Amino acid sequence: MQVDIIGEPRPSRLSSRDRARRAARGGGSPRSVPAPLLVPAIIAVAFLVLPLAGLVVRAPWGRLGSALSGSDAAQALVLSLWTATVATGVCVVIGVPLAWVLARTTFPGQRLLRALVTLPLVLPPVVGGVALLLAFGRTGFIGRYLDSWFGLTIPFSPLAVVMAETFVAMPFLIITVEGALRSADQGFEEAAATLGASRMTVFRRITVPLIAPSLGAGAVLCWARALGEFGATITFAGSFPGRTETMPIAVYYALENDPDAAIALSLVLLLVSVVVLASLRDRWLRGAVQ
Amino acid sequence: MRRIAVTVIAAAMAGITASALAGCSSSSSSTASSPASSASSSAPASASASASLSGSITVFAAASLKEAFTTIGKQFEAANPGVKVTFSFGASSALATQIISGAPADVFASASPKNMKQVVTAGDASSPVNFVKNVMEIAVPPSNPAHVASVADLAKSSVKVALCQPQVPCGATALKVFKNAKIIVKPVTLQPDVKSVLTQVELGNVDAGVVYVTDVHAAGAKVLGVPIPASVEASTEYPIAPISKSGNSALAQAFVAYVLSPAGQSVLTADKFEKP
Repeated sequence: MQVDIIGEPRPSRLSSRDRARRAARGGGSPRSVPAPLLVPAIIAVAFLVLPLAGLVVRAPWGRLGSALSGSDAAQALVLSLWTATVATGVCVVIGVPLAWVLARTTFPGQRLLRALVTLPLVLPPVVGGVALLLAFGRTGFIGRYLDSWFGLTIPFSPLAVVMAETFVAMPFLIITVEGALRSADQGFEEAAATLGASRMTVFRRITVPLIAPSLGAGAVLCWARALGEFGATITFAGSFPGRTETMPIAVYYALENDPDAAIALSLVLLLVSVVVLASLRDRWLRGAVQ
Repeated sequence: MRRIAVTVIAAAMAGITASALAGCSSSSSSTASSPASSASSSAPASASASASLSGSITVFAAASLKEAFTTIGKQFEAANPGVKVTFSFGASSALATQIISGAPADVFASASPKNMKQVVTAGDASSPVNFVKNVMEIAVPPSNPAHVASVADLAKSSVKVALCQPQVPCGATALKVFKNAKIIVKPVTLQPDVKSVLTQVELGNVDAGVVYVTDVHAAGAKVLGVPIPASVEASTEYPIAPISKSGNSALAQAFVAYVLSPAGQSVLTADKFEKP
C-alpha cells in the first residue's frame, strides 16, 4: 500500500524498506502471504471498504440530481467549498511561518509550543468548538470585547465556520511543512545567505520553492480536513442553511428527514475525498519523493 | 521524505476518523446498557404488587423531558428495587431515526405525534398514548440585552434568535407560533434540540430562543421567560409507547404505566407540563 501511494520504486534507487522486504522474503514464493497475516488483512479491507460500498449501493441514483439540487444541499456545498478554501488560505498564511519558526529556530518552551499548536490533531473537534465558543462567543473572554467595542459577533456566522475549520485543520499543514523544512537540504539556504541574501529573501526565494511539494500536500490535506469539519463547526457556528450549515452538518440533519439527500451529499463528499487522495498520489507525493 | 509523506497520510486518516467519531458522539445520546436478557426469570420478591420486575431498560425521550423524566426514573427505581432505567435524551426526530435504525430502546417518549408515527409506521411501536402537552415560551438572557418583550420583537433584524431545526418538534411548534402571530423570524441558528437552544441563550450568544415553557422553568434563574399570549400560542402533544423489540417489555410497559400514573403525572405537572 505504501509503495502504491508513493509511486513505483526505481530499480536504480532501492529504498532500505524494499531491500529489507526482499531479504525478509527468504526462500518463500515472492507472492505468498502467511495466512495469519492474510486473513486479518482481508478483514481490515472489508471493514474499511464495505461501508463505502453500502453507501454506493444504497444511493438513489435515479433521483441523485433532484436530491442534490434541493436548495439546502446546493447551499451547503457552496458554503463548504468556499469556507474550506478560505480556511486553507488562512492556514497557509499563518501556519507556514509558524512551521518555519518551529523548524529553524530554538527557544525555551519550543517543545511545549509545538505540543500546544498540534493539539487540535488529537483533540475531539467538538471540544475545540466549545473552547472557541467560550473564547469568542458573545460573552467569551475575547468575544465580549469584540462585541462591545466593534459590534462584532462571531458565533453563527460564516466567519465562525472558517475559524472552526482553521482551528482543526491548521495542525495538518504545520506538521507537514515543519517535517519538510527539517528534512530539506539547508545547503542552498546557507549558500544564499553566504552570498548576502537576507533571511527573509532566503525564505522566499529558496526555502518556499524547496518545500513547495510538501506545502501543496499539506494544503490539500488541510483543505480536506476543513471540508469534513463537523464537531467544532456545529458547536461554534451553529447551523443555518446557506450561512453556517456546511456539507457534513447538512448530511447529519438530512438523515432525519430526507435520507436520500443525506446519501447523495455523502456521495459528493466521498467523491471529493477520492479526488483529494488521487491528486496527492499523482502530484504532490511523487514530486516529494523525487 | 517518504516517511514524512506516509506519516502525514496516516495522521490525516486518524484525524478524519476522529472527526467522524466526534460527529457521532456530539448528539446527546448516552445509551449504554442494552436490555438485560434476564427479563423473565429469577426476580426476587419485588416491591411491585402486580408483577415482579427486574433488569434494566433504556428510555429514549425528548430533550424537553430531561428533568421530569430523570426524576420519574429515580422514583420508578425506588418503587421497584433492582430495576435500572437509563435515559437517552435528544431531539425526537433524531431519536425516532435511531430507533428505526435499530437503536436499543425499550420506551420512546416523543415531543410530537409526528415522530412517534414514524416509529409506529416502521413497526417498532404500537398504540402510543399522549401523556402531556407543552406550550412555547421565549427565553432570553437574564439581562435581556435586546429588550425582547413580545413575540413581535423576534421579527426584528437586530434581535438574534435561536430556534430548533424545523424537523425537531420544538422547531415545528415555534414556526406555528410565528404563523399564528403572522410574523417572519430569521433565526441566526437552527439548533439540534431544545436544550441546545436554551444553552445558547444561557451563554448569551443569542438574544432570544423559542423553547418550551418547561425548559424556562427548568433553567431557573439562568434565563428569563417572556410569555407568549394565548391568542398566538401553539402546543405539541407528547406520546409515549413501549418499543416492540424491547428485550424487557414487562419493565418497559411498567415504566409507561408509571409515567401515566398519578405519581408520574404529578412530577410532570410540577415541571409545568400540561395535561394532554
